[in-house]
Amino acid sequence: MTTPSASNEQRAINDEPIVSFAAIERSFFGVKVLKGVSFEVGAGRVVGLVGENGAGKSTLMNLLGGVLQPDAGQLRANGRPYAPKNPNDARAVGIAFVHQELNLFPNLSIAENLFLTDFPLIGGGAPWIDRSALLARATALLHQVGLVHGPETLVERLPPGERQLVEIAKALGADARVIILDEPTTSLSSRECERLFALMRQLRERGIAMIYISHALGDVLRICDDLVVLRDGERVGGGEAKEFTHDRLVSLMVGRQLNQLYPERRASRQVGSDQAAKQAPEKSAAPRLAVRSLSQPGIVRDISFDLAAGEVLGISGLLGAGRSELARILFGLDPCVSGEVRLEGRRLDGGPRRRIERGLAFLTEDRRQEGLCMEASIADNIALVTLSAHGRTPARWLDFTGIKSAVSRMREAVRLSPKATDAQAVRTLSGGNQQKVVLGKWLLAEPKVLILDEPTRGIDVGAKFEIYQLIHQLADRGAGVLVISSEIEELIGICDRILVMRQGEITGEFRCDEFDREKILGAALHSSRA
Amino acid sequence: MTRASAITIDGRRIANRIVGSEFFVLCLCGVAFTVFAPFTPGFASPENLGNILVGCLPLLLLATGQTLVLITGGIDLSVTASVGLSSVVGALVMGGDAGWLRGSPAAMPVAIVAMLATGAFVGFFNGACIAWLRMPAFMVTLTTTMFFSGFAIWLAKQVVNAESIYNLPAAFLALGHRAWLAALLAVLATVFAHLLLARTLLGRWLYAVGHNPRTSFISGVPVAGVTVGAYVLSGMFAAMASILLTARLETGSPNHGKALLLDVIGAAVIGGTSLFGGKGKVLWTVYGVLFLSLLGNGLNLLNLSDFLITIIKGGVILVAALLDVWRTKLVRGS
Repeated sequence: MTTPSASNEQRAINDEPIVSFAAIERSFFGVKVLKGVSFEVGAGRVVGLVGENGAGKSTLMNLLGGVLQPDAGQLRANGRPYAPKNPNDARAVGIAFVHQELNLFPNLSIAENLFLTDFPLIGGGAPWIDRSALLARATALLHQVGLVHGPETLVERLPPGERQLVEIAKALGADARVIILDEPTTSLSSRECERLFALMRQLRERGIAMIYISHALGDVLRICDDLVVLRDGERVGGGEAKEFTHDRLVSLMVGRQLNQLYPERRASRQVGSDQAAKQAPEKSAAPRLAVRSLSQPGIVRDISFDLAAGEVLGISGLLGAGRSELARILFGLDPCVSGEVRLEGRRLDGGPRRRIERGLAFLTEDRRQEGLCMEASIADNIALVTLSAHGRTPARWLDFTGIKSAVSRMREAVRLSPKATDAQAVRTLSGGNQQKVVLGKWLLAEPKVLILDEPTRGIDVGAKFEIYQLIHQLADRGAGVLVISSEIEELIGICDRILVMRQGEITGEFRCDEFDREKILGAALHSSRA
Repeated sequence: MTRASAITIDGRRIANRIVGSEFFVLCLCGVAFTVFAPFTPGFASPENLGNILVGCLPLLLLATGQTLVLITGGIDLSVTASVGLSSVVGALVMGGDAGWLRGSPAAMPVAIVAMLATGAFVGFFNGACIAWLRMPAFMVTLTTTMFFSGFAIWLAKQVVNAESIYNLPAAFLALGHRAWLAALLAVLATVFAHLLLARTLLGRWLYAVGHNPRTSFISGVPVAGVTVGAYVLSGMFAAMASILLTARLETGSPNHGKALLLDVIGAAVIGGTSLFGGKGKVLWTVYGVLFLSLLGNGLNLLNLSDFLITIIKGGVILVAALLDVWRTKLVRGS
């Protein structure tokens, strides 16, 4: 609901902005993710768009790119109202994207990638590609972005930084007036970053506008002219970049009070892990999970931590910090070259099957591809992990009544929508109910350690609350729970302790009496090439 | 206007009901029977119907084994090679002229075990390449078809200097002469496959792997083992088909079953087993086998030429694949 400052408006009158957003609103499934956002991008300006994951940056850019349409508000481009129905409309007015996951075809040459949708043809209309024109135009574009490779080089032979430049060349080839760079530096070395920034400055001189989205606040402050800070779909700050400092940006991004989104922990949180240790002191002094010096080059480095019985331990960090990769190593899905993992004092090894038998469970980030059999029934999905417990030797003849009662017991426990039948395909359920099915299948195995990777991504607030309750119940029964989440607030709401990862290392540890959003975010962002 | 559209929608719903039903293919069998019976002399006679039932047994075994593989999301093109190789191996064990155990009372049981082992070996080889070396099933089984078919011919020529091996023991040939014996074997194997799929842990795992191998692996399903198991079973079912064919034709030959491949996959798919995995039943495959056999037999009795029969069968299988797409859409839409 914040309106652009007066100075911004004045500038808008003086030199027409290339792109402007006015009071943009957009909801998904009744949840407002953009609540009246306004800002504009002038010619030759680099506008930094910052905010936490889920603040609405991507939605905003998808509106601009014609992937989504706004519910309310107006977009303008080149001084005219602009209502793109699809990405082609965006291209037509000169808006180009350079994505985080690059959209190049590695098996094609640079030139082919540059002109994929618009090959120069012989005589203008014949179905033959004019190779010499293609190569000449590609060479010219490559020269503009400062790439020395020949246009026939295959893209797969280029390092990530140079592929980024090819993406930008592609945008230039399409006569882009606005280039949107979404996390362009995550896979770049610092030298490649410098090269990118140098190019961005050149493009700025030529009057090309850019929207720069990044979590690396140091970079943002250096390269951007204007800043827009989003939080929970609202514009909470903005203006010229030189008016901002790193700290002010962080507090703008964060600043919100906790509310009733999270259930109260039954066991008092202040004593969290101590309490749990008291519950079963004689059983074993060893923690549920002990990780020591876990390393895998390029993925994680020297990770050590303990997870106590009854503890909910959060892992925070930015995308690409190595959180999910750590979870996959713990579950035996990915290799690690050194270090060890112990469950109740005994070394864990082997693949998922062996680890599940030892009492490990893993709710993956990707529910559709790795969590569920989408076409299979609810009952089959819930029973999948624990099927072998119902197999009677010698033929492993299944006890279907036992399975059925276990499934219905778990459906109650996770409060799955009672409207759905056991035989219904999981695909037909809402995201929240699907996640409950995944959680139910693991809870049936009564895990000693449960790892949850983004357990509430893409599900509604009510289901989130219920999932938090289930996590707490499991911990209260003595299991150790490891929660990975990009939402710091969520971790603060449900965890006893939070570890922060950055670039594959643990860079911070916070006990629940020290929880502080700014400090946690600081540990996740800190010194990123600043 | 509204009225007319309401009627069409209603008609479409009924059509959907029929096409989406489990017994759709059984209904098709009924349709095929009523269409052929009046026009085709001798079609409805008990002898002919008996012939159809006995004649379809090898196809039934092959298609049942194939169903297990299709459910995991794979495909086994090498079943006909398994049939040929098993046949040669069995005949070389017990054959009258050059057989290893000729004349011995142990010849037949040893030969049968050797045939089953051959099928299992071919299946294991396929499964190992697919599950452990992560090669595509289509490529692997296509190339092993070439390899093992060629190997079967080479083996026969090497040992008896001919492709066919005659003079098999009478005890073995009884499997071909006594229809009930062959039927018993095939029905038992089919019932076994049905129970395996519907009632056992391995059965559930086969479906889970077909639905989503990633999810299954993370959920603790031994995906590689299950995959290899499916191909081994398919190979053994092919070996059983080979036993029936070898006994009925009284010859060990690398060429047995060569023409059956299209029928095998066609029967499974017509029955409703999905080529994308996760969906299928042995009973459906039984209906598919019955339908294809009725069709083939009826067309034969109409004195149509071979190539015409192939054309019609190919068309029918294509339509069946189309119906499968339609059915999948129906299920998704509901």
